Amino acid sequence: MNREPILQVDNLTKLYAAGKGCEAVSFDLYPGEVLGIVGESGSGKSTLLNCLSVRLAPDEGDIHYLTRADEWVNLYGLSESRQRHLQRTEWGIVHQHPRDGLRMGVSAGANIGERLMATGERHYGNLRQTAQSWMNDVELDIARIDDKPTTYSGGMQQRLQIARNLVTHPRLVFMDEPTGGLDVSVQARLLDLLRQLVTEMNLAVVIVTHDLAVARLLAQRLIVMRHGRVVETGLTDQVLDDPQHAYTQLLVSSVLTS
Amino acid sequence: MNPQTIREGYNFAYLDEQTKRMIRRALLKAVAIPGYQVPFGGREMPMPYGWGTGGMQVTAAVIGENDCLKVIDQGADDTTNAVSIRAFFRDLTGVRTTEKTEEATLIQTRHRIPEKPLQAGQVLVYQVPIPEPLRFIEPSEVETRKMHALEDYGVMHIKLYEDIAQFGHIATAYAYPVLVNGRYVMDPSPIPKFDNPKMDNSPALQLFGAGREKRIYAIPPYTDVKSLDFEDHPFEVQRWEQCCAICGSDESFLDEVIMDDQGAHEFICSDTDYCRERMANLEVTA
Ligand SMILES: [Zn+2]
Repeated sequence: MNREPILQVDNLTKLYAAGKGCEAVSFDLYPGEVLGIVGESGSGKSTLLNCLSVRLAPDEGDIHYLTRADEWVNLYGLSESRQRHLQRTEWGIVHQHPRDGLRMGVSAGANIGERLMATGERHYGNLRQTAQSWMNDVELDIARIDDKPTTYSGGMQQRLQIARNLVTHPRLVFMDEPTGGLDVSVQARLLDLLRQLVTEMNLAVVIVTHDLAVARLLAQRLIVMRHGRVVETGLTDQVLDDPQHAYTQLLVSSVLTS
Repeated sequence: MNPQTIREGYNFAYLDEQTKRMIRRALLKAVAIPGYQVPFGGREMPMPYGWGTGGMQVTAAVIGENDCLKVIDQGADDTTNAVSIRAFFRDLTGVRTTEKTEEATLIQTRHRIPEKPLQAGQVLVYQVPIPEPLRFIEPSEVETRKMHALEDYGVMHIKLYEDIAQFGHIATAYAYPVLVNGRYVMDPSPIPKFDNPKMDNSPALQLFGAGREKRIYAIPPYTDVKSLDFEDHPFEVQRWEQCCAICGSDESFLDEVIMDDQGAHEFICSDTDYCRERMANLEVTA
C-alpha cells in the first residue's frame, strides 16, 4: 500500500495506574485496512479504542486523521463540535453491547435514519427507502422496520447497529468485540457479513477483540497488547502462525488448546 | 391619581425586589439568546395546585403599575385558576385587569395564544411544565445542554419520523417543537400546534417560565420561529369540520364540550374573549 494513511497514532498514552490503560502506542492505518487489536481483558485495548474514537482524552500523544476533504487534523485539537461531526459523518462505532450503540426506545427505521437526520436529511420518503435498503444489506427483515430493537434478537440488534453506523458511508469504523456474546453460529454469519461490507465499502477498521479467530478472519494486521503496551505487531498470518513474543505465543497456544 | 392600594404586609407583586431583579437578569439573557434556556433561582409562589409557578414568577418580575393584565387558562378568562390568578395580582399590585386581548399589556397564559393577533408592546408570559424539548430521548441534563451547545438536533426529527411511521402523519399536536432564530430548538409549552404560527415574527415579546425546572426562555419580537417538519410531510395546524357552535367562527381553535347527559357534544371557541367579541359584533350588525 503506497497511499497515504488515514490515521496516524503517535506515542498515545492513557494510564489509570502503572500497566493499567495504554502506553506509548504508535501505528498508521491505511484506507481499506482492517487492524486488529488483540489481548486479554485488562490489556488496555478498550482504553486504546476509546482514545482513538475521541471518547477518552489521552494523557500524551497525538492522533492525526485525514478527513474526507483531504485535510489532516489533530483529533484532540478539534472543537467538540467538529469531533462529533466526524463521529457521525466519517466514522462509525460498533459497540459490543447493542444497547450502547442503539436507541432502544425508537424503531429500527429511526435508528438507521438518525445519522441522516442529524446531517440534514429532511425527506421522510428518502429516509424510509434508505433504511429499507440497509436492512436488506445487513439481512434484516424489512417488515420489522417499525419494530423497536428491544423485540430483536442479539444478532439482529448487532446487524441493526452496523446498519445505523454504515448508513452515512463512513471511512473509518471502530469495533469493540462486535461478535462478543453471540451464539457461535450467529457469530459466524455476522463475521461473514462484516467482511463483505468492509470489502465492498473499502472501510478502514480498528477492531478490538480477545478472540483470535475473529482477528484472523477480519484483520490484515494485528497489534498484540499486554499490560497497556504493544508487545508485537505484524501481518495477521505472520503474528498468528509464527508469533515472536512469548506472550503472543501463549495467546496463540491457548487458542489452539481451548 | 391615588397610589394604588395593595394588600398590607406584602411587597408589590408578592416577590421581594432582589428576587425580581434576579429573574429580570435571567430574562434579559433569555431575550439576548432567543430560545436558549436560562437557569434561574426559582422561588415559591402561592399557586393553585397543578398550575405551576414559572409563569407566575416571570409575571411578578415584569409587571408594573401601569400594566393591564389578562390571564387565560386553556384560552378562557373565566376558569377558577384564571380568575384567582387575576385576583391575586390585582390584590398584590393594584394594576388594572382585563379579559380583552387588545387591552392587555401583559398576558399570563397556560396552553393557548389568543386568537387576536398580538401587537407591539404586548408581553405574553407562558407557564411551562417541561422546558427541555430533548428530554423525551435524553434524560441527562448535562447531555441535553451539550446537544444544544453543539446544535446536535438530529434526535428531534426522530420523534416526527416515529409519528409518521406509526400514524402516517405527524401526530404531535401539543408542545410541537420549533427552531428559534435558526439556532435553538425550543419547546413552546403545551400550546396546541395550531398556535405555533402565531409565535413566528410576532410583534409581541414572548417569555416562558418553568418553575419546577427553574428555566426561563424567550422569543423577542419579530423573531423567526419555525416548526420542525419533513419536506414531504410539511407542518400543518389542526383543522375542524365544525364551526364554533356559539359564534360560528371557522378559523379559531375549537374545544369539544359535552352538552347534556345523553353525551351530545358541540365545538366552541377555546378563546372565550375572541368568541364573545365575535358575538357582540354579530349582534351589532344584526
Ligand atoms: Zn366562538
